Amino acid sequence: MTPLSFRSPPPWVSRALVILLLLVLWEILGRMGSQLFFSPLSMVATSGVTIFADREVLEALRTTAWILAIGFGLSVCIGLVLGLAVAMSRFTYQTFLPVLLLLYAIPQITVLPIFVLYFGSGPASKIAFGVSHGLFPIAVSVVAGVQGIKPLLVTSAISMGATRWQIFRRITLPYLAPSLFTGMRLASTATLLGVLLAELYVSSGGVGHFTRRFGESFQPDKLYALIAALSLMAILINETMRMLERRFSRWT
Amino acid sequence: MSAASAAGQALTARLTPAQRRASALVKLSALALLLIVWHFVTVTEIVSPFFLPKPADVLRNFIRIVGSGQAWPDLKVTLFEFAIAGPIALVAGGLVGFLVSLTRYGARVFEPIISSVYAIPIIIFYPISVMALGIGPESKIAHGALFGFFPICLNTIQGFSRVDPLLIRLAHSTGASQRQLFWRIMLPAAAPTILSGVRLGLMLCFLAIIGGETIASIEGIGHRVVWYAEGMQTGNMFAYIVFVVLVAVIMNAALSLLEFRKGRS
Repeated sequence: MTPLSFRSPPPWVSRALVILLLLVLWEILGRMGSQLFFSPLSMVATSGVTIFADREVLEALRTTAWILAIGFGLSVCIGLVLGLAVAMSRFTYQTFLPVLLLLYAIPQITVLPIFVLYFGSGPASKIAFGVSHGLFPIAVSVVAGVQGIKPLLVTSAISMGATRWQIFRRITLPYLAPSLFTGMRLASTATLLGVLLAELYVSSGGVGHFTRRFGESFQPDKLYALIAALSLMAILINETMRMLERRFSRWT
Repeated sequence: MSAASAAGQALTARLTPAQRRASALVKLSALALLLIVWHFVTVTEIVSPFFLPKPADVLRNFIRIVGSGQAWPDLKVTLFEFAIAGPIALVAGGLVGFLVSLTRYGARVFEPIISSVYAIPIIIFYPISVMALGIGPESKIAHGALFGFFPICLNTIQGFSRVDPLLIRLAHSTGASQRQLFWRIMLPAAAPTILSGVRLGLMLCFLAIIGGETIASIEGIGHRVVWYAEGMQTGNMFAYIVFVVLVAVIMNAALSLLEFRKGRS
């Protein structure tokens, strides 16, 4: 609102400068601080090249990506069905929505050991734990989406002689799309959180194994490189989902 | 497919008394059924007690763990970590959020950076905390504070940037000073958004601490669950999980209360 005395550059230019500044700061602080815990950007980058040439690390990352994809897919399917079931009628909505919200309120991290007990320490427990994180945002968003549909639309469809399937196909589904995509964006980060939590907890294989190995042997450069790669993956997933969300929100 | 919509009625519309009774009955009988099935499969040992302890055993263990004060030392550690990490997250998040929102331009530059970092599951930074600070409380405090920082910071930015410009113009035209503008207009208008960020941030901070304890620790309530799990004491593990969930629920309720109280004043 306040007029500036100079013309400020467009926000993205300043944003790029800020990021650059942070990276430079990382390099400088990394050279100053203890090399045991901290590592300058340049070293992390060179280690990044070596660890991503390592077959085992690549294999672990690929496994994590697979687990994430399966977990996310299952979350969407189960969450969608669950959400539609809860929003099926006024009765089911008011009976089961409180139950859904109650289950959502239980912090999943506390039940992680049960998941490992039941699903073992392989990919299954990681997938299941990822689903336990991704399922609820989808279900709740779907319920909210159905709830937001104007009853008038449905009433007029009925008066024009629409069948249930037609109502579902022509009204419920298209009007649901924006909230479904919001739910999917939330679920993608939540599933990733769940999968990584399980990976770090089990840590016998996969990414968790390497974070533990690099951490315990005090190889910060490798640890940072691995974490930077995972962070980039998370940001990319989030941005992709945001793009999809924007695109499909325009649809209705 | 969607019968509510088929009836052309809003899902939130009130149920008839008969439907309300039926709804309560469905919920109660579902819970009862769950307990009966649980009891049945464990008593007959269709499911090994190693995988699923009897509900009565879980209850007995729960009473013993909570009643004997056995849980207290671990709870004290966790609460201590939270008592330090929470305020750090609060002050750092609020301060950064405030500084960034001093100008509209600052908010436009920094908000996307902070929110895309927030998209990273912060848990993956935990191994760094452990490497640098060890498996004692320090690493949990750092991790919890980092987790709590983002929602608080982002909501502070959002709260300040969504203050009605008309209010600000009004304050300017009545000759309000910068301080008056902040205390009388900006802060009260932004408070609800900031407070919901504070609630969320502190809750995430608390859960992150429990998560950190679960992954790598030697004490704390999150660690005790793992300790029982690794000792194959499934009965105690289930009871302790009930305890931890209860602690989290109470924490959540307490934090919601704070938001409600402050939101009104």
